[in-house]
Amino acid sequence: MTLRRIPISALIGLILTGVAIFVAAFAPFLAPYSPAETVGDVWEPASDQFWLGTDNLGRDLLSRMIYGARITIFIAAAATALSFCVGAVAGFAAAVAGGLTDQAMSRSVDLLMSIPSLIFALVVLSVLPSTVLILILVMAVLDFTRVYRLARAVAVDVNVMDYVEAARLRGERLTWIVFREILPNALSTLVAELGLRFIFMVLFLSSLSFLGLGVQPPESDWGGMVKENKDGIIFGIPAALIPAAAISVLAISVNLVADWILRRTSDLKGGRS
Amino acid sequence: MIRLAAQRIALGCLLLVAASVLIFAGTQILPGDVAQSILGRSATPESLASLREELGLNKPAVQRYLDWLLAFLGGDLGTALSNGKDIGESVAGRLGNTLFLAGWAAALSVPLAIFLGLLSVRYQDRTPDRMISGLSLASISLPEFFIGYLLIYFLAVKLQWFPSVATLNADMPLGEKLRTIALPVMVLTMVVLAHMMRMTRAAILNVMQSAYIETAELKGLTPFNVIRKHAFPNAIAPIVNVVMINLAYLVVGVVVVEVIFVYPGMGQYMVDHVSKRDVPVVQACGTIFAAVYIGLNLVADLVSIISNPRLRHPK
Amino acid sequence: MTDTLLEVRNLRIDGTVRPPGERPKDINIVEGVSLTLAPGRVMGLIGESGAGKSTVGLSTLRYGRGGLRLSGEIWLNGRNIQTISPGQLRDLRGREVTYVSQSAAASFNPSIRLMDQVIEATVLHRIMSRSEAQKRAVELFGALSLPEPESIGSRYPHQVSGGQLQRVMTAMALCPKPDLIVFDEPTTALDVTTQIDVLAAIKTAIRHTGVAALYITHDLAVVAQVSDEILVLRHGKMVEHGAVQQIIEAPREEYTRALVSAHSIPHEEQAATDNPILRLEDITASYEGKIQVLTDVTAEIHPGQTLAVVGESGSGKSTLARVVTGLLPPERGRVLFDDQPLPPALADRSLEQLRELQMIYQMADVAMNPRQTVATIIGRPLEMYFGIRGAEKRRRVIELLDQIEMGESFIDRYPAELSGGQKQRVCIARSLAAKPRMIICDEVTSALDPLVANGILKLLLNLQADEGVAYMFITHDLATVEAISDSIAVMYQGRLVRYGPKSEVLTPPFDDYTDLLLSSVPELRLGWLEGVVQNRKMESAGY
Repeated sequence: MTLRRIPISALIGLILTGVAIFVAAFAPFLAPYSPAETVGDVWEPASDQFWLGTDNLGRDLLSRMIYGARITIFIAAAATALSFCVGAVAGFAAAVAGGLTDQAMSRSVDLLMSIPSLIFALVVLSVLPSTVLILILVMAVLDFTRVYRLARAVAVDVNVMDYVEAARLRGERLTWIVFREILPNALSTLVAELGLRFIFMVLFLSSLSFLGLGVQPPESDWGGMVKENKDGIIFGIPAALIPAAAISVLAISVNLVADWILRRTSDLKGGRS
Repeated sequence: MIRLAAQRIALGCLLLVAASVLIFAGTQILPGDVAQSILGRSATPESLASLREELGLNKPAVQRYLDWLLAFLGGDLGTALSNGKDIGESVAGRLGNTLFLAGWAAALSVPLAIFLGLLSVRYQDRTPDRMISGLSLASISLPEFFIGYLLIYFLAVKLQWFPSVATLNADMPLGEKLRTIALPVMVLTMVVLAHMMRMTRAAILNVMQSAYIETAELKGLTPFNVIRKHAFPNAIAPIVNVVMINLAYLVVGVVVVEVIFVYPGMGQYMVDHVSKRDVPVVQACGTIFAAVYIGLNLVADLVSIISNPRLRHPK
Repeated sequence: MTDTLLEVRNLRIDGTVRPPGERPKDINIVEGVSLTLAPGRVMGLIGESGAGKSTVGLSTLRYGRGGLRLSGEIWLNGRNIQTISPGQLRDLRGREVTYVSQSAAASFNPSIRLMDQVIEATVLHRIMSRSEAQKRAVELFGALSLPEPESIGSRYPHQVSGGQLQRVMTAMALCPKPDLIVFDEPTTALDVTTQIDVLAAIKTAIRHTGVAALYITHDLAVVAQVSDEILVLRHGKMVEHGAVQQIIEAPREEYTRALVSAHSIPHEEQAATDNPILRLEDITASYEGKIQVLTDVTAEIHPGQTLAVVGESGSGKSTLARVVTGLLPPERGRVLFDDQPLPPALADRSLEQLRELQMIYQMADVAMNPRQTVATIIGRPLEMYFGIRGAEKRRRVIELLDQIEMGESFIDRYPAELSGGQKQRVCIARSLAAKPRMIICDEVTSALDPLVANGILKLLLNLQADEGVAYMFITHDLATVEAISDSIAVMYQGRLVRYGPKSEVLTPPFDDYTDLLLSSVPELRLGWLEGVVQNRKMESAGY
């Protein structure tokens, strides 16, 4: 796989995703002001001093965006990682175990999925405090069901392939079968799904924060920043659109990358020549 | 077939009960107790005790759940903690508003999605199809509030075509009402359109690539008759299925959209009371949302069961 | 009759492939095909997969699957159908030319009753009134010996068996009294004993109605039964055209000669020895304790010899392989390997026991991990069983590649870069690498074209001679059995109905099932089908 073969859309996605991660990682070095400090008037327009203008309390919007990237990406990534580990392990386990274990796990997941995630999150957050840890846990628990379903389906599919049976007949150990036979063939699908889950987490977290139930002030993620600045919209002040656009761009970038990975998988099935 | 449909309905009811248990349990998972967290640290022992009494926290959880469920089924949704109003009354009007909004969004998005789905099948792998699938990829990634505020900023604030806040009154004439909900309907439509269209495209493609469509073409049927007699009867079930699943999705999307436009519906009501930690209201709203969601998914499954010729005409 | 129904002149068919992420490429499917067909004549189109047979057949309806482009001239009933209007084309389809596909099950609309589909074209083109068309359909159902011809039309496609559905589709093609029918492998998907009924029904129907036909198949023996003349295609080009008798008795081209002699591999039967390498004793097995799929199977395989296990789909022959490999421990009975009982379950077998018993699968595509190179695939058993690594391993892999007549250049390729026959050869090399004493071959040639399959069979026989390995050869193809086996086990509904040395099993007197099975295998000679049908009629009449 050479760089030359990456399509332009995926390249754009990769670059933008990379920029977002870089900004999140080096926020303190990149931000011109402290995110909490009031440095100007309320909702100042963009200027040389404040590249993106100021927010509803006169804080520098660019600095807040940079720190917001950090919180958004951190929480979404942590929740994705957790949901993915739990979901993938449970899904593979159900597929390998089969029988009653599989039935019990799959039916519980069905039940959890029968309630829309956002609604269930609202119910739970009505009694739990919205701390970062709780948010990560709630989001991961509500989302692992989808990873579980995919992982289980992929494992069941690959498990019945003749080459896995051939490996078993050869006398291979379980570790070889899982890591050398099944995983390489399930990996692209799972990686693409990882991307999609991450997007979902970003959107989920943003929605919660926008509703005032996610990250709590004075900390603020991009969704929370939309909430802070939304009242400006009707006065023609577009400050709320900037974090909202950032969420969209991040989500689209990751989506482009995930889409490309998925296509590559189907490519391989069609042959390499 | 009837047996299978009955089984599915029974399963739906079971799921509904289980979901209500889950929602009820979801409000009980707090370490400590609900009354403490509602009133905060400064609560006096007296006020805590009286709140516990009011919430029935002195009874065991199972008892409380059963009481709540029975009252719920009897139409008594309880009273709100924050303002002491009857939840049933508040919900009734707001549920109507929400359904009004979701209904118009569905009326706009369903035909549009099917039309675009057909279009991208017609021009499969050519420019229109690629454009449509590119746009849908993008719109799946956009949060509702981005589309919402973008529309408000340009259509309501800059161009002044529509009101930026969807304040709905019962005594408005229909035309006025429609103008009021125009923007939220647009947002909801965009939110579900991409999904619904992609799934419709897949469903139609699946049917159009069947060997029996080729058989019909080789009999000399006109393209219109191939679709009318052979494709449509087999495609209708998967499409209805797609529509139902997306309507369920739409009902959830309504929550955020109502908050954006300050629309007096169920979603706004629920979100308000989550921040007020008003547990009875949240439970009631959550259960109603879940019921609608499960119900629509149930209809989707029933449609596939009923329309399957193998089940309708057993051997 | 000297007039011409169909004349194809210099037909060329092109297609476009769109690999994801790459530019679309134009490829040529068929080039320079010309043929003429007189009314009432039947022409067989024969060739391997990818020879362009179906594409040529469908061109007579001016139909290109998946946007294929036709060029050249196609004259039917005196006009070039390449130049007619879409309306005229629709009038031609279903009136003058009709089509019978390989998979009738997929070609019927699942939600419409059979009768309405059978008469659809007839009524649409106003050839007959609805009631007349229904009457004709019932007659055709009867002529095609379908059960309950009066009422079968009121059923839905899924309520009728595969063999019956194929006959209903033939009735559908005959109903509008067309001038030409295109049969596209109508019996390929059927079991051999069902195939003969459908074949006989089709042939009778063609002869009675006097319709002309293009009969497409990859099986020379089948096409010889129904056609007047044969056109051999390869890689989209014409190889040879002639009368049936000339093609099967005196083929001019080398490729045709190879096709005709594809099944005649000489193999001398070897006598049984005293020490069988594998012995199955009273094997009874079932899935999840419910459906019994094997009942009291007892058989032996001798070192360096081949036991062919023959049966139709559902006979339990593949289940027998699963029992031997330990994937499905039997309920009763035991498996002895070299006089030692094998543990019933795979997990309890030693590495040495696993090494001595290898397996080759039907679909070589899915029997190899698509993410591993040939070097890894063949090298892994060397590493596992003998601890051979590094340069030594590579040297051994190259040796094995030479043994399967492929060579060093393939060592770093992935399975997707190999042809069907090459994939199967790599699978053979993988099992050989373990130096096994016995290999189970599960339908290893049935997914391959006849000539490729032939090459694989020859390779297997050569390897047996060199390495002295025994084969348990599972197949539904009796021609293959004759070519490779020393002893034969015929299975039916999970039981062994006939078992013994090849010469005994294939010599009368037969039991009923073996008789049916053997007599159903198409033979490459004229009049075979009539002979069999005549025999069966006499038998059922009690002679």
